[in-house]
Amino acid sequence: MSAERLRVERLAFGYPGRVVGRDVSFAMVAGEVLCLLGPNGSGKTTLFRTLLRLLEPHDGAVLVDGASIADWPRRRLARVFGYVPQAQTGTFPFTAREMVLMGRTAHVGLFASPSAGDLRHAEAALDALGIAHLADRPYPEMSGGERQLALVARALAQEPSILVMDEPTASLDFGNQVRVLAHVLALARRGIAVVLSTHDPDQAFLCADRVALLHDGRLAHLGATADVVTPATLRETYGVDVDVVTLTREGRTVRVCVPSLQRRLA
Amino acid sequence: MVLWSKLTGVPHGLPPSVDTVVFNVRGPRIAAAILVGAALAAAGAAYQGLFRNPLVSPDILGVSTGAALGAVGGIYLSLGVVAIQTLAFVAGLGAVAVVYTIASALRRHDPVLVLVLAGIVIGTLLGSCVSLLKYLADPYNQLPAITFWLLGSLASVTLGDVRATVPSVLLGLVPLVLLRWRMNVMTLGDDEARALGVDTHRLRLAVVAAATLMTAAVVSISGVVGWIGLLVPHLARFLVGPDFRRLLPASILLGAGYLLGVDTLARTAARIEIPLGVLTAFIGAPFFIWILAASRRGWS
Repeated sequence: MSAERLRVERLAFGYPGRVVGRDVSFAMVAGEVLCLLGPNGSGKTTLFRTLLRLLEPHDGAVLVDGASIADWPRRRLARVFGYVPQAQTGTFPFTAREMVLMGRTAHVGLFASPSAGDLRHAEAALDALGIAHLADRPYPEMSGGERQLALVARALAQEPSILVMDEPTASLDFGNQVRVLAHVLALARRGIAVVLSTHDPDQAFLCADRVALLHDGRLAHLGATADVVTPATLRETYGVDVDVVTLTREGRTVRVCVPSLQRRLA
Repeated sequence: MVLWSKLTGVPHGLPPSVDTVVFNVRGPRIAAAILVGAALAAAGAAYQGLFRNPLVSPDILGVSTGAALGAVGGIYLSLGVVAIQTLAFVAGLGAVAVVYTIASALRRHDPVLVLVLAGIVIGTLLGSCVSLLKYLADPYNQLPAITFWLLGSLASVTLGDVRATVPSVLLGLVPLVLLRWRMNVMTLGDDEARALGVDTHRLRLAVVAAATLMTAAVVSISGVVGWIGLLVPHLARFLVGPDFRRLLPASILLGAGYLLGVDTLARTAARIEIPLGVLTAFIGAPFFIWILAASRRGWS
């Protein structure tokens, strides 16, 4: 097993003057995929923003390779943490290449511009995500799926050891959802610890090593996907009846959630 | 011919009054047009990126209104030209300092939104003070001077004014040139820029300080010349794209050229001198609409 990369200890998070969640503790090793599930308003995005220190924690600590990040400058944080936010349209028409090149900012001097080497990193990231042919397309003119892939490429160009993805499949069509999840697995194989949030428990079955279930600002469950995503926990968290079905295809076991609409209406 | 003579030392044989016109009247005015245009356009380009809004101009944080109040106050107190300019410069810097302090004190809100709102509030307040002084001013001696200043003009600019303004403009330009890549990242918004490794609070302070210094310096010699800081960055973005590494030099060159052209028109188009602020708006408004129509989509 690889070394522990990220450790979160009794984290209390929220906005200035308002605590959203507390007592969140978990650890991640390199190459691991942790999927964060939880209903709307359970604090997933706030927790992520606190991990990235876009919000200061109310209590507790975030440690990277055993060291607290509390007083790290932004540049050092950005060399460890990559962030894939939910895709927005963007104000100015930067091209996909320029957008991905911005991922190199933490590696570029304060008064400098990206070098030829940085540009090669950006091109390689575009290539890895299969969107090299879109490099000159203005970002606002790309489709939602293409934009999401560009943001993943930007995070890849950043060369992080921990990647935080906030609902990377939200508002994507089915094909693009599958594509993004495949890239999540590919990133983990590169040794990046990936923590992503999603609303779809099936995605946890597809790509996660472990699942954390956030409910009312607390980690209600944390463990292997099959142990955490069960009819009982889904009912407890989302208030709906769900069956978890096991399929075996070509020797591979896959679990899927099948919600029951009848019982809900009755 | 006169310039050639000055450079080479060969007498040109023209009347000495031609020398005076070239070096003391036209020369400073041309230099001032280039300086003012370049500074306003650069500040506008910086602010549009910083506030992630293409409708922003250098006045957004109240620097022009502050400078206007300083100048109008100086005219009202019948001070000398140098004192009026100094007062305009200091009041312009002071207005933005007040806005920035208020915005920093309100930490719970989105920092960009608070900064813009504080700028609008203080700008409106200072605008009311300007109106009050206009109301109180002597309608025969002071009011025309005040109105003339508020409409902007380069007619009375001297070589000394230009010399005094150059250091402030250069001092403001240097950080913008150095931080050109970080400025691109700032357009993504605070969260994303910070996640990419930019200390947004410090960068914003540096850019606001640089743009304010330049704007206050040029407004103190030219008066309020609108439209350039809004229009020229759009034209530049239309020509070279949004990358600040190309956008900044393009804005500087276009700003200088645009104001030089408009000022020449202001000087020659009619029998009387047309106020610069009026002319930039007359030319700027249709031009702006043309750019919007010609650009592909969004704010290219």
